[in-house]
Order: sequence, then C-alpha cells, then structure tokens
Amino acid sequence: MATPERAPDALVGKQSAEPLLRVAELRVNYGAVAAIRGVSLKVTAGEVVALLGANGAGKSTLLRTVSGLTRPRAGRILLGGEAIHRLPPARIVRLGVAHCPEGRRVFGTLTVAENLRLGAAARVDRAGVAADRERIYAMFPILGERRTQPAGTLSGGEQQMLALGRALMARPRVLLLDEPSLGLAPLLVRQIFRTLAELKADGVTMLLVEQNINLALDLADRAYVLRTGEVSLAGSAVDLKADYEAVAAAYLGARP
Amino acid sequence: MSLELYITQQIINAISLGSLYALVAIGLSMIFGILRMTNFAHGDMMMVGAYSTLVLQSLGLDFGWAVVVGIGLGALAGVIVERVAYRPVRGAPEVTLLLTSLAVTYILENLGILIFTSSGRNFPIPDWMNSAFQLFDGQITFTQINLLTVALTAVALGALGWFVTRTDVGLGMRAAAEDMGAAHLVGLDVNRLIVAAFAIASGFAGLAGILWAAQAGVVEPTMGFTPLLKAFVGAIIGGFGSIAGALLGGYLLGALEVLIVAFLPSEVSPYRDAIVFALLIAFLLFRPNGLLKRVQEVKL
Repeated sequence: MATPERAPDALVGKQSAEPLLRVAELRVNYGAVAAIRGVSLKVTAGEVVALLGANGAGKSTLLRTVSGLTRPRAGRILLGGEAIHRLPPARIVRLGVAHCPEGRRVFGTLTVAENLRLGAAARVDRAGVAADRERIYAMFPILGERRTQPAGTLSGGEQQMLALGRALMARPRVLLLDEPSLGLAPLLVRQIFRTLAELKADGVTMLLVEQNINLALDLADRAYVLRTGEVSLAGSAVDLKADYEAVAAAYLGARP
Repeated sequence: MSLELYITQQIINAISLGSLYALVAIGLSMIFGILRMTNFAHGDMMMVGAYSTLVLQSLGLDFGWAVVVGIGLGALAGVIVERVAYRPVRGAPEVTLLLTSLAVTYILENLGILIFTSSGRNFPIPDWMNSAFQLFDGQITFTQINLLTVALTAVALGALGWFVTRTDVGLGMRAAAEDMGAAHLVGLDVNRLIVAAFAIASGFAGLAGILWAAQAGVVEPTMGFTPLLKAFVGAIIGGFGSIAGALLGGYLLGALEVLIVAFLPSEVSPYRDAIVFALLIAFLLFRPNGLLKRVQEVKL
C-alpha cells in the first residue's frame, strides 16, 4: 500500500528553518469516512508547494482543514510554529492564511470592488488595503474595468481572477489555492498561472491543489501526491517531472 | 368625489400600510438570508417595541425618547433570542430551527400575557400625531401618524441601504447570506454578522410594532402575529432572503390589501386575508423564488 511518511521526507531532505506551515500527522473524518489518514507536510516561506492526486484523494479537505472550515480528528497544523487547528476560520485568516476556494465562490450579488473589500475585511491598515487593491487592478485590468459590476456577471476566468484577488487582499503569509484552472479555457489557465508565477517571484508562499500536473509542477518547488488520504509520493518538482511513471503510480496506487 | 383624488387617497393608505409590512418583512428576510431559518418570533419583537414604549411613557419618558429606547429594546430582545435560543441549535436541521422559533414565540407571548394580561391596552401617543391633514376639502385625509410612519420607514430603509452597501459589516451580511462558507473563508466573523442582522431586523420590527400600535391605538401581547404572517407573505412574494424583494413584497401586499377594500365590492372585503394567503399559496406553487429571483450561480 502507501509509502510511509518517512520516505517522502527522505526524498525532500530536511530543512533546518521552521516551516511557515506545518501539517503533522493530520487525520480528518467525514462522518465515518476517513478523508485524511495521517498526512504530514510542510511549506517553507517563499515556497510553492503543489498538492497532487486524483479526485477524492483528500486535497481539498486538507486545504479546508488548514482554513478551519473542517476540524481535524487528530494531528496538528502549525502556522509559524503556532497551532491553528482549533481556531475559527476568521482567526486563521487574521493570522495569515488566505484560501482561494474550489469553484471560485465569489459573492455574485456584490460588486467586484466589494468582493475585494471583503477580502481585506480582517485588515485595519486602510492605506495598505487601498494600495493592494490598485495592485490587483494592475494585475488584472479587466477587474478594474468592471469594479462596479456584480461579480455574478463576470465570466468564469474573470471570477477566478477575482477569487485570487480577494484572497490576496488579505495579504496572506500563505495562500491556499484550490484548483485555480478548473473549468477555464486554456488561454485563461495560462494567464492565471502566469500571474501565479509573478506572485511566486514576489515571494508569495503558496500551497496549490491542481489537477493539471504539468502546470502544477512547472510552478511549484516541491509537490506531494495524495492518494486516499495519505501521502503516496513527495519530492522536488524537478525530480517528479523527470519521473512521470512514479507520479502516475502514486496517483493510481501501484507501488512505486 | 373625483376618482383621481380617491385613488390618491388609496395610494397614501397603501404606502402607509405597506411601510409596516416592509419593515417587518425586511427583518424576516434578512434573518432567513443569513441563517436559512424562518424566525416566527420576529413578530414578537413588535410587541417588545410597542410595550416598551408604553411602559417607558408611563414612567414619564417623553414619547420620542420612549420610541428610541423601545426600538433599542426590540433590537436587544432579538439579539438575546438569537444568543440564547438559536445559536445553540445552529447547524441543526431546518425543522429544529423552525420549531425553536415557534417555541420562542409562545414563550414571549405568554410572558407578555403574564406581565400585561391578555387584554389590550390603550397606546397613548401625543395629540398632534392624531391630527389630520385634509386636502381638497377633506377628500384626501391622512393623519400625522400616517405621515410619520412613511417618513420613519423611509429613514430606516435609507439607513439600511447605506449600511449594506457602504460598511464592512453590511457587505459581510450580504456576503454571508449568499455563501456562508465563502464568508468564513475570507475571514468574516460570522457570529458578529448574525448578531448585527438580528439587531437590525428586530429593531425594525420594534419600530413597526410602535407604529402599528400608534395607528391602532391599542397594544396586546399577540399583536405581532398577524403582521408577521402578512410580512411573511410579502417576503415570499418579493423573494425570500432578498432585502429588496422584501421591500417590494411588503409594499405590494399593502397595495393589494388597500385595493381589495377600496375597489372591490364590499362583500369581498371580509375575505381580504383569505385572498392574501391564497396569493401566498399561488406564489409558493408557481413562483417560489418570488418576483426578484436571487441570482443562482452555476458553480463548478
């Protein structure tokens, strides 16, 4: 069955600095079903880490648990060394975790500008918020043009930009991205990932869930493959890209 | 009497009645929007507002201040009910919330009967409020309290409109009503938003109760029941959960009731409420989302 956690750690190599985000021996149940079965991973500041795996492997559940929407049954989640796995979602956002959810989930009846404003609801530095808003309009000019339009009238790609912008408005220490390419035309997917690459260059730390393995590994520094709630493979993006067979095997459950 | 003036008179009546329905319906809709529960105890905040004003006046407080404090106590009662009765069962099946709110209604109304007895009491208002405006040789008549009802409702609605479009808490309330999960994700303090919704909704109901009592001249512990049902119909007509819908539905319902009494044969008038509730059934059957259908996102 699955490779124990030791093996991935050995692949990754120990880093001396305390990671920004550390998930330790996490277990999450949905009713009687175990969705996450003892996952450990870490994200160092400035790093982009991809979370790969088939549908139902537990990727979204992991992000939801980090955000506090789902409570773990066991294990710990540390942000900068501070335990956050028992805190309410609003506190976790204030501590610096922003979550750009699957399916975008923008507030359709609110305008683009109002969506961005709510993204910064946890912040008090008004000047910084205004500057960040302009930065996001510069990043996605179409959002600036449509700032007074209800978000529900935007196209899927524009809504994804808005969801990303809304998450960035929290000025997060770590950005959780759940399938940013889902349901988008290839051109828009490229645009979104180009933006993510710019954010990475700016030093934004990301934990990225993505079905598109190529895109994810091009952007990420490291990746974990989840299968049925366990880490089945982990390594640097470069190594994993060079060994597709191992990744495919980790997806499908054959022994690597 | 000319038809134009008669119609004008009825429009005035409709706006006055519709204002009360709108005030109650908006609160009902706000609470439904954010908690997905029909708060049957909402009508009892009318009682709290009206009786508070009555008691405060009898204690010697000036009418205006009694109204202000009465609205505040209505809001406070709503917040307390949310904290004590609804928050512990939040997340339970909808029927649990529904039954809880029914229980709260019975408790509050019986508490009212216990304190004030079940018989009605006179609701004193300053004399000037009963003075009537007469236009066109008395063909159009309305009292100061009618005017005050419309004016205070307009102020309340204007303040609400500002609140839900210009403040973080107001925007957050709308966001939470649309997608509670996403509201959590962006870091909104949902408990605070729910408290704010109950405070505003119940304050509006308190104001409606005071105006209702002022127009009727009497208060009784079960006074909130009928307006609550009517407001419920109004909220459904407009689109339950939408503030604009509740506003529209409240005024439409006021207009409809006035229309039935003013323009249909007098034999029909006694069936006014039956017609209103038949309308509710018709809407639930054929247009359950109301006139202002909420935008449903296609979510991937």
